[in-house]
Amino acid sequence: MTDESAGPETLPRPVRWVEALGRGTLYLVESFGRFGNFLGQAAALIFVPPLKVGRLVGRVYFIGFKSLTIVMLTGAFTGMALGLQVFLTLQRVGSEAFVGPAVGIALVRELGPVLTAVFVTGLAGSALTAELGIMRITEQVDALQVMALNPMRYLVVPAILAGLIAFPLLTAIFDVTGIYGGYLVAVILLGLSPGTYFGQMHAFADMTDVMVGFWKSLCFGVLVPWVCTYKGFHCGHGAEGVAHATTEAVVLSCVLILVFNYFLGSVLP
Amino acid sequence: MIRVQGLRKVFGRQQVLRGVDLDVATGEIMIIIGRSGGGKSVLLKHLLRLLRPDAGAVLVDGTDITRLRGEALEAVRRRYGVVFQGGALFDSMSVFDNVAFPLREKTSLGAGDIAKRVEEKLAQVGLVDMGHKDTAEISGGMRKRVAIARALVTEPEIVFFDEPTTGLDPILVNTIHRLIQGLHRQFRFTAVIVSHEIPEIFEIADRVAMLHEGLIIETGDARSIQNSTNPIVQQFIHGAVEGVTHAA
Repeated sequence: MTDESAGPETLPRPVRWVEALGRGTLYLVESFGRFGNFLGQAAALIFVPPLKVGRLVGRVYFIGFKSLTIVMLTGAFTGMALGLQVFLTLQRVGSEAFVGPAVGIALVRELGPVLTAVFVTGLAGSALTAELGIMRITEQVDALQVMALNPMRYLVVPAILAGLIAFPLLTAIFDVTGIYGGYLVAVILLGLSPGTYFGQMHAFADMTDVMVGFWKSLCFGVLVPWVCTYKGFHCGHGAEGVAHATTEAVVLSCVLILVFNYFLGSVLP
Repeated sequence: MIRVQGLRKVFGRQQVLRGVDLDVATGEIMIIIGRSGGGKSVLLKHLLRLLRPDAGAVLVDGTDITRLRGEALEAVRRRYGVVFQGGALFDSMSVFDNVAFPLREKTSLGAGDIAKRVEEKLAQVGLVDMGHKDTAEISGGMRKRVAIARALVTEPEIVFFDEPTTGLDPILVNTIHRLIQGLHRQFRFTAVIVSHEIPEIFEIADRVAMLHEGLIIETGDARSIQNSTNPIVQQFIHGAVEGVTHAA
C-alpha cells in the first residue's frame, strides 16, 4: 500500500527524476506557447487599424538609421577580409579571377543577412529589450493598459514592422559595402583587374542568390524584434531583471539567427 | 460602485489574497492601509484588472470585470484614472505630452482643445508653464502631480492612487493630499487610495479599510479605525514594533 501523503522528499529517486523531467518539459512547452502566442497577437494587430505610423517611423529610425554606420563599417571590413583570404587561397590554384563571385555570393547569401542581423541585435535589439524592460518595471506598460490602450499595438507591432522594413535595407547596404570592401583589397591593393572582379561576379551570381539573402533578412527582421520585445515585455524585477532579459534576448536572437540561417539555407534554392 | 467579493490570489506557494471583501461607494474616498507585503498592490492590480484572481469577483457597477476582455474591458478602463506609485510617466515624452497622451489616443479632440485641457489640468495641480519640461528634469513631487494631472485629464469616474506620496517630504505629502481632496471636491470621482501615510491620510478619507495578510480585517471611517479595538489595527496605526504582528 502506497502512502499517498508522501512528499517529494520521500519519493524514490527515479520517480523524482521523472517528475523533474516532466516539470521541465511542461515549462518548455509553456514557454514556447507563450512565445508563439506573443507573435500571433502582434501579427493579428498588424492587420487591425489603427496602425501607429508615428511610432513605426520612430522604430525604423531606431533600428535602421541608428545601425547604419556600424553596418557599413562592419560590412566593409568583412568584405575586405573575405577578399583578402579568398584571393590568397585562390591564387594558390591560379583561380584568383573567381574572387569576385566568391566574395559576392558569400556576402549576399550568407554573411550579409547573418552578420547584419547579429550586429543589429547587439545595437538595436538589446536597446529594445532594455527599453521595454524598464517600461515594464516602472509600470509604464501597466499605464498603457489601464488607459485602455493595447501595449502590443504601441510597443511590439511597430518594432516588428520596422524590423521587416529595416533588415532587408541594412542587409543590402552591408552587401554593397562588403563587395566594395572586397574590391578595395582584391583590385586596388592586390592588383586584380576590375573587369574580372565584377565580370565574374555578374557571370556566377544571379537573382536567386539575392533573393535568398532577401528572404533571410526578412525572416531575421521578424525574429530579432520578436525575441527582443518578448524578453523586454516579460522581464523580471529591478535592474537585475532588465539586465538578465537583455542578455537572454541577445543570446537567444543570435542563436536563432544561426539556426534559422542553416534551415533557410537548406530550404531556399 | 465597486464591490470586491471573496477575492483570492496565490503566487506559487504564497497566498497573497485570502478572500477579500470590500465595497467602495460611488463618490467616496476609500483608503486601503496595511503593512508592506500585505497584498495592497495586488488588490489594486485586481481592481484595475491587471491581474486575474484565482477565485472571487470585482464588480464595477454590477459588471464582473475579472471576466471581461477586449472592448468590454476597455470600456470599463475608460472610466478609470490611475496614479501609479512611481508616476509611470512615459520618459520619452515631455510633461505636456504625457498629460495629452490619453486625450490624443482615446478622444477625437483637436490639437487646440487638447492643449487647452492639458494646460487647465497642469494648472489645477500647480504646474503652470511646466509642460515643456522633460520628465527626467522634474522632481519627485512634480512627477506625482503630473501623474495626477494625466490620470484626471480624461475626467474619469473612478481614480486609483497607488501610494501617491511615497518618498515625498512631509510638506509635499500634505500638499498632495490636499490636492487630491480639492480635486475630489471639484470633480466628485470615486477614489481608491493605497497609502502608508498615517495619520495624515485619515484627514482626506471618507472610509478606511485595513488589509492584513490577505484579508480586510477592519473597515470604517477614519475615526472608527483610529479608535479600533483590534490590536493589529492599533499596532499598525501607531507603528509599534512590539505587538501582535512582527516586523518582516
